[in-house]
Amino acid sequence: MNLAAILPELILTVSAIVLMMVAALGRRMTPVTTWASVAALIAACFALLGQPQSAGALFGGLIVADGFGAFGKLICFVSAAVAIVAAHGWFERGSEHGAEYPVLILFASVGMAVMVSSTSLMTLYVGLELSSLASYVLASYRRTDERSAEAGLKYFVLGALASGILLYGISLLYGFTGTTGFAGVAAAFARDATPSIGLLFGLVFTLAGLAFKISAVPFHMWTPDVYEGAPTPVTAFFASAPKAAAVLLSTRVCLEAMAPATDAWRQIVIFAALASIFLGAIAAYGQTNIKRLLAYSSINNVGFALIGLAAGTATGASAILFYMAIYVVMTLGAFLCVLRMRTADGQPVETLASLSGLSQTRPALAWAIAFFMFSLAGIPPFFGFWPKLLVFWAAVGAGYYPLAVVGILGAVIGAYYYLKIVKIMFFDAPAEPYGKVRAPLETALIFLSALVISPVGYFLIGPLGRLADNAAGSLF
Amino acid sequence: MGLPILTILIAVPLIAGALCLFVNASSARWIALIATLIDLAIGIYLWTAFDPSGAQWQFTELVKFGAGGITPSWALGIDGIALMLIILSVFLMPICIGASWVAIEKRVPEYMAAFLLMEALMLGVFCAQDLMLFYIFFEGGLIPMFLIIGIWGGAERIKASYKFFLYTFFGSVLMLIAMIYMVSTAGTTSIPKLMAYDFPFDAQKWLWLAFFASFAVKMPMWPVHTWLPDAHVQAPTAGSVILAGVLLKMGGYGFIRFSLPMFPEASEYYIPLVFILSGVAVVYTSLVALAQRDMKKLIAYSSVAHMAFVTFGLFAFNRQGLEGAMMVMLGHGLVSGALFLCVGVIYDRLHTREIARYGGLSDNMPAYALLFMVFTMASVGLPGTSNFVGEFLALVGTYKVSSWAAIVATTGIILGAAYMLYLYWRICYGKLVHADAAAMPDLSAREWWLLGPIAASVFWMGIYPESFLKPMRADIGRLLERVERATPPGDALLTAGKPAAATAHEGAAH
Repeated sequence: MNLAAILPELILTVSAIVLMMVAALGRRMTPVTTWASVAALIAACFALLGQPQSAGALFGGLIVADGFGAFGKLICFVSAAVAIVAAHGWFERGSEHGAEYPVLILFASVGMAVMVSSTSLMTLYVGLELSSLASYVLASYRRTDERSAEAGLKYFVLGALASGILLYGISLLYGFTGTTGFAGVAAAFARDATPSIGLLFGLVFTLAGLAFKISAVPFHMWTPDVYEGAPTPVTAFFASAPKAAAVLLSTRVCLEAMAPATDAWRQIVIFAALASIFLGAIAAYGQTNIKRLLAYSSINNVGFALIGLAAGTATGASAILFYMAIYVVMTLGAFLCVLRMRTADGQPVETLASLSGLSQTRPALAWAIAFFMFSLAGIPPFFGFWPKLLVFWAAVGAGYYPLAVVGILGAVIGAYYYLKIVKIMFFDAPAEPYGKVRAPLETALIFLSALVISPVGYFLIGPLGRLADNAAGSLF
Repeated sequence: MGLPILTILIAVPLIAGALCLFVNASSARWIALIATLIDLAIGIYLWTAFDPSGAQWQFTELVKFGAGGITPSWALGIDGIALMLIILSVFLMPICIGASWVAIEKRVPEYMAAFLLMEALMLGVFCAQDLMLFYIFFEGGLIPMFLIIGIWGGAERIKASYKFFLYTFFGSVLMLIAMIYMVSTAGTTSIPKLMAYDFPFDAQKWLWLAFFASFAVKMPMWPVHTWLPDAHVQAPTAGSVILAGVLLKMGGYGFIRFSLPMFPEASEYYIPLVFILSGVAVVYTSLVALAQRDMKKLIAYSSVAHMAFVTFGLFAFNRQGLEGAMMVMLGHGLVSGALFLCVGVIYDRLHTREIARYGGLSDNMPAYALLFMVFTMASVGLPGTSNFVGEFLALVGTYKVSSWAAIVATTGIILGAAYMLYLYWRICYGKLVHADAAAMPDLSAREWWLLGPIAASVFWMGIYPESFLKPMRADIGRLLERVERATPPGDALLTAGKPAAATAHEGAAH
């Protein structure tokens, strides 16, 4: 048994268990668990570097250590660390922050690490549930806040339903293939020219369950409510790591387990992609809450990532990896800015109206948000343009011109509401200014993410592109 | 080739713009002025150092970001056509900064930063030799212009800024899809290589339409011109100058750089479409201009009419047409910019753009009336001014292809004279009926410095156009070689007559 290949997961699991004991000592342990968790996540990132990427199938084919998984884990661990840091600054004022918050994120990270490296339907499910259960608790983390409790409950009930659908799909796949391993499922799909009805049902249900996790239309309904109700650092976490993990998991399921049935799932993915792009763009129009708006933005962005999946090629998979890496940076940056939205006495505000005239009261924050908005909209020269271009490049490369044309028109519709935020900040008269927040580490993180998505980011095309290409290559 | 001069050209305003954000209003003004003057100096150096009989692409630079696929590279280089448009841009920029010197009072550092960013991106568009790099610059220019219209514009600025942004964004995303297809088919993002690549005719037709969607909006051509009057009316004076002077030229530049050399057969195929749209534009927008009560709107509609001459000339497929189109672009850049400045001069004094609020200004503002007259005459296309050269060449070129198109286009000149002279008459002649208009002082020294150089260039271009045509001649020749195989037959070819053997006959009769 090659334990070195699962070193990151081991580090996170052991530290999570140890820190859970520490957290039992009470609230005063919060700084300890926080910084120890961040350290564990950083250590896990470094363990990824040393990990033999070609370790291949482990535990009898339950999980695999490959480049694709390593890339996904890197995204998840970094976002999880940022979410912990952000929460530390945010909760400090209230009395709700407990020592268990970072521990929950660590458990979710382990779940996500299993998700992106699973090669069996069972480990897929276990990883998904581990991360989801931690997420349900996180969503209702502010016990005294009704909205938070509602978000947690809603997330749990709908999440359980989705898990049920997923499990039903998995059981069908198992019943008709006799195996839970991705390779075996793929072999069963390849056996017949047209897959049997049972297999097709299994495929549809599995994808439906996964679509819930990535909040693709039509399984997106929970997203705005949960994003709005959950505490903002938790929302930042939801919008980044678990979403990236679920997208990469879906990519692996589609391209590894269901590769021979590409024509069967492609139509589902194309529908979900276009529906997500357009619904995400149109439904965001009327929003007045920045977190709800960013929720629709995340639905919109998942749609673009799915276009890369619809291509079904190595280029497409590489584009998805690139997309998720940049998407996570943009989203975390945007949410770190939202964390700065507080009244003079420290109360968090979430209305778009409160951003009015921000460029005159807090110019640096306004420019940072403008950077993230232009980048999320995919307007060059901001770097958010590049991953969008890559997915369209993949779609055109696979011959899906109409898909690319329709998708890119969705980008124009979506641009409207990102521009609306810029308009509110830059064109409107100043509202009451926000209170000052002293958090040098968060400021540094905002600056760093703004730098990545600024035109400077184009220097990343070479190195990050090679990394994504190699990672995508391990699926084919 | 040691010094990366084009990178410096782009970097100077970029760095100065970033610097502006950290200083106070008066320093920002000076930083912006100095940066634009440095770029003007670099532009003049490029003009003198450019070898008209040398290589097609000069001052080239190449740095790769990554390998293969659609990855852009930092590939810069200019030919004579790009050179002239760069000169136009760097010439107008210091004037724009000067025009905003006192007119812009709020948020000056941000304003100057936006303008300098704009300049960097515009220059990038003309320098880019990589398809993706071109697109990034081309689209990036929307952001500063969006902010300029939206923050410093007039009462309806928000609607105008959205309209400007979404219209042009919509046009260019279709072009992006076409670009992705071209790169995947031709396997290169290099513009010079793509200019020599032959796409199949069926593909060309789609690609041409996709590029047309972008450039026609930018140009703007009828019927997608409706964003322009709004944007012009709401933008601050300098914003209008740069919009009319340079941003509109990106459409024409796009046609001459992409549509014609990359899709010659499709360009020929769509000549009727272009000519019909341009013909409608000339007549319709000229009539609309005649009925305007708002000075800026009138000049905005006249821009649409003038740009139609450019499209006529470009799709004439002959030397006169192409050179004429380029000269109209340069001339219109100067003249419409100057006209917007003229509007700005009196707007700064009276804060209204309504034509009826003025009248008789030649009495109390003689110097202003004189310069305004010069630019009015140039806009009408009086011989000796810049626009005459371009419009005449473009019409000659058009006539060689289609005499009907030339006839329609020529009515634009007559209508142009009508609406411009009518405008001039209402503003400068007659009696000083409004007391506040009568109290306006004549041009200040700063305004002389803004309008004087443009007036001089207008005459230079009109009297000795060779200085401007020379750098472009070889490149237009190359373009003609490229499109030769698709050149349509003209309908106005001379045929040798059959003279009867007159003398012999006469002799026999005697």
